[in-house]
Amino acid sequence: MRYYDKLIFECSKPGRTGYSLSGEWKDASLGLDASLLRADAPLLPQVSEVDVVRHYTNLSQMNFGVDTGFYPLGSCTMKYNPKINEELAALPAFQGLHPLQDPATVKGACAVLEWTDRLLAEITGMKHFTFKPCAGAHGELTGLMILREYHLSRGDLARTKIIVPDSAHGTNPASAAVCGLEIVEVKSNAAGLVDVEDLKPLLGPDIAGIMMTNPNTLGLFEKDIKQIAALVHGCGGLLYYDGANMNPLLGAVRPGDMGFDIMHLNLHKTFSTPHGGGGPGSGPVGVAERLVPFLGVNTSGFHGNFGVIVRSLAYILMLGKQNVRLAGRLATLNANYIKECLRDAYKLPIDSVCKHEFVFDGLIDDGAREGKAGATTLDVAKRLLDFGFHAPTIYFPLLFHQALMIEPTETESLETLDEFVAVMHKIAREAAEDPDILHAAPHNAPISRPDETTAARNPILKIQDEN
Amino acid sequence: MSKVQEGLLYSESHEWVRVEGPNAFVGISDFAQEEMGDITYVDLPDLDNVLKGEEFGALESVKASSDLYSPVTGTVSERNTDLENAPELLNEDPYGSWIIRIHMSNPAELDELMDAEAYAKFIGQ
Repeated sequence: MRYYDKLIFECSKPGRTGYSLSGEWKDASLGLDASLLRADAPLLPQVSEVDVVRHYTNLSQMNFGVDTGFYPLGSCTMKYNPKINEELAALPAFQGLHPLQDPATVKGACAVLEWTDRLLAEITGMKHFTFKPCAGAHGELTGLMILREYHLSRGDLARTKIIVPDSAHGTNPASAAVCGLEIVEVKSNAAGLVDVEDLKPLLGPDIAGIMMTNPNTLGLFEKDIKQIAALVHGCGGLLYYDGANMNPLLGAVRPGDMGFDIMHLNLHKTFSTPHGGGGPGSGPVGVAERLVPFLGVNTSGFHGNFGVIVRSLAYILMLGKQNVRLAGRLATLNANYIKECLRDAYKLPIDSVCKHEFVFDGLIDDGAREGKAGATTLDVAKRLLDFGFHAPTIYFPLLFHQALMIEPTETESLETLDEFVAVMHKIAREAAEDPDILHAAPHNAPISRPDETTAARNPILKIQDEN
Repeated sequence: MSKVQEGLLYSESHEWVRVEGPNAFVGISDFAQEEMGDITYVDLPDLDNVLKGEEFGALESVKASSDLYSPVTGTVSERNTDLENAPELLNEDPYGSWIIRIHMSNPAELDELMDAEAYAKFIGQ
């Protein structure tokens, strides 16, 4: 790969172009007044067409995506995104829409929103959704604004605090803080679930609600949710459901039935659209019936990332009711399969049936010997790249020091799971025998380990002048 | 095993305090810098009043960002601006690298901080 470490500007050679103009077009001023012409040529790269094509083709081949290989990035639900979603979203009547078009001319798009609303309401047990939020955290903020509006509309001005578990995604306390709420942390118990006894004394007339992810970030189902819902409702608070981990519950359990009042879905995760650098998100917010009047809180002028909504509708319709349920079950089965296959080599801090993902706490034998450092979770993740797998999520959740979080999703075959398990076992053996193999990984990637510290302390943010 | 320096006072949020007359020099403990990893940026406060327990600045590392909390109430009278260009000093010599100097308005608050022995116990050593 010739240009992988260069910017297109660094490929520039004076006078080289991708076009050749002749005759009258050579005079680029086109008769414009001299005051409108620039004195110096713009600083653009001077490259031939083939230079440009090779540069970007080479860069694109360094990409790793779910279309390239297995991507078990915990908490991100990197399932395969069927191409039919793309075809439907690319229909000219969808693609050519303008957000300020006369509503009478966009009845088809309105029907997509209404249809998706109905299906998501059925899947989640909510009454209605708003499609304005453009991502998960945007949905959280929208949902919390609805929660606050609800309390304020009742003249209940004292509810300024929101409870967030210590295992929550970082966006939960961040969204709550942006919404002006004070965050109160509730601890996890030894089983990795919200500690109901720790929760009880926190409840009172100042509590606006609780934000929960279920299954939580350890991939465990919060089995006390009915009791938690009764307690929080009992003190006058509302329950917010972070839909980041909705995938395993599809067609099996509904947040509305668990007692949640407000929720967001990450359409880009659960309902299969490219994300994580591959495309924009969508975080529609659903509410229970009594909160429908507050669904209009304004956090965005338009109906979110409409193309993502079209893709998600296509996905749900292609699966159908039975297969939506099967998707959630297979996601759960695949995660448990990998967990059970690897627990002889990686520390399993909480031994129970998981949902769509689970967390290891590093290697059982990290190879640390007298005077020799062992292999860390970071080293395992880097070594995986050598074998053509995307690394799992590492060092999250913060409850464990060597957290390694694996989410295979339902779209992987048994063969892929077995290959991954074999590689993870191989890496564990390497660590026990010679952890330096892992310390120096990746050996086969275009770049090895970037020096993040130097990059952060002395960032080079401008093109270096080669002269 | 993190170093805990004798003669300093420590807060539960891992700041240390060195008292010189009415002044408190504030830094972060060896345990804190180890937990943070390589520190890449130090956000220093204005020369202004701070309350005990109030945020006075922040640290960023390759792993995390973390707020700094004032262990005492008073006025920030000096800032260690060397850290702006060399945040690594906090990793290399955490007890030699103070971040701010506070002119204390209520020295009695020092009684609420931990001594070296209590802090070592607090961090599980």
